[in-house]
Amino acid sequence: MCPSAPPERNGRQAPASPKQKFAIINKTTAQPNPSATNLSPDTNRTFNPRDPLENYSTRLMDTSPQSPPTKKRKMATSTSTAAAASSEQEQEHQFPLPPILTHPSAAPPTLITQGAEGRLYKTTFFSPDIPCALKYRPPKPYRHPILDARLTKARLAFEAKVLERCRREGVPVPAVYAQNAAAGWIAVEWIEGAPVRVKINEWLGQRPKNEEEEKAALEKDQGPLVELMKRIGSAIAGLHRTGVVHGDLTTSNMMLRPPPVKTTTTTEEGETNGVSSEEAQEKAKLLEGDVVIIDFGLANQSQSDEDRATDLYVLERAFASTHPRAENLFEHLLESYKQSFKKGASVLHKLEDVRMRGRKRSMIG
Amino acid sequence: MALETLQIEHVPSDHHVYAALFRDVQNVDFLQAQLIGKNPEFEYAFIDASVIISRTHLLAAIFRALNTLTEGTLQTPNVHSDIVIGLSPTNNISESYRRYGLTPSKTRDVLVIKVVYPKLSSENSTITNEVPTPASIWQHLTTHIQGKPVPLTDEELAKSTDWQKVRKYYKLNGVPGVERIDKADEEGRRREMEGLVVSGIALRGL
Repeated sequence: MCPSAPPERNGRQAPASPKQKFAIINKTTAQPNPSATNLSPDTNRTFNPRDPLENYSTRLMDTSPQSPPTKKRKMATSTSTAAAASSEQEQEHQFPLPPILTHPSAAPPTLITQGAEGRLYKTTFFSPDIPCALKYRPPKPYRHPILDARLTKARLAFEAKVLERCRREGVPVPAVYAQNAAAGWIAVEWIEGAPVRVKINEWLGQRPKNEEEEKAALEKDQGPLVELMKRIGSAIAGLHRTGVVHGDLTTSNMMLRPPPVKTTTTTEEGETNGVSSEEAQEKAKLLEGDVVIIDFGLANQSQSDEDRATDLYVLERAFASTHPRAENLFEHLLESYKQSFKKGASVLHKLEDVRMRGRKRSMIG
Repeated sequence: MALETLQIEHVPSDHHVYAALFRDVQNVDFLQAQLIGKNPEFEYAFIDASVIISRTHLLAAIFRALNTLTEGTLQTPNVHSDIVIGLSPTNNISESYRRYGLTPSKTRDVLVIKVVYPKLSSENSTITNEVPTPASIWQHLTTHIQGKPVPLTDEELAKSTDWQKVRKYYKLNGVPGVERIDKADEEGRRREMEGLVVSGIALRGL
């Protein structure tokens, strides 16, 4: 849902002198991973159907310094909170609902987030007690209608097929409940829990602010986080084993589904820690659960090491920028990837190359 | 009255879906003959209950058929037959009738679905112009189906599920996604298979 399209971005920058502008361009090329945070500025590039068409096209093409200081950029800075707040405010249907959602349901659908290509609604499916996520790709008026219909249909169909394939192979992904690719929507299983990004940051947030103390604390109990990294690594390995590359791996595109509540739990770790056992248990629980990979909007079928390495590279860059404090733990992820995937070693070898040159092999386009 | 009004999400409000489950039906041959004879009084979807694993499974097929109905892209003469083929993950219509519909002298438990929706006057059936009510449908069903009505619950459906058939029809044999789940965790395996069955229904035709 968040395609990487940095070139357009400088058109959005506030007025800048030519020199500054150049610097900005440099920056975007040096960091070829704009999907670092799920709701990065790209989020706001989706076409708003209420805007008049001319307005939109000028906005896209406008690269002159006179471009108005867009309030959109401001909105994008506080990502998740803004999304939460906006989902409430803008719920008064800033966007018209897709036709399928205009039919009655037990609870009204809520807009969860908006990506570059589509919108995600939470609603219920089949019966009122089955929550689902409905992804809608609205028609894009700037494309020729026939081309638009064909692209939307092909992409949704592909996403659905990839999801089913992964599901059959045992890769943890949401199940497909229903789809109508021609109408531009797909309904998938609702995954409980929170994105891995949120959970990691929450966990990191509990550590002391002081650098010295932090280091000591990190040494002492990074166990649960390392465990999580390993689980992510093996989940990605499973995905690649089925011949699918995700195309937009970030910690926002993985959910941490909490395990079903059990009544009897006495973990060994908690006891060894002694004094702060309860607290440690509480903390360890934060990172418990299955890693479920979501959002296959940019997925592709590929068996090549190159594509797999690029997938890991994208995640690496995203991880470094969303969780700089845990950057050094990324190696655990790679290690577990290598162990749970036969071709892992050669992919990691390729990753070295990709690191050297960036994710685009050919610099055309 | 064991006729249930199904509440399906995201279906136009003037479409009503009624369903009932009958056990040990004695006159399957008669019912199938009515369908083949296109008797307009028997506009129902008759489903062999042994291939249904849960309500969600059933609802997925009904939703799919209703969606094609509202889109105007039915693949078969009416919405009821579309429900039956809606259960299939493949595009073969006659095979779908055979697998999910009635089979004389083999089918024992029968699921009946009736969809009532405002028809255009041109396609109104010649027999009656009244909209059937739940009571009238139930009346009609109980007079013609010789079987024992039971409530349409997951438990009742599970009793008659023929897993061997389900696994074959939905290609679930030896699927890694199911096999990796511990054999002892029956509920987990069942849920995983339900997910795959629903996905299969949703993806037909892609």
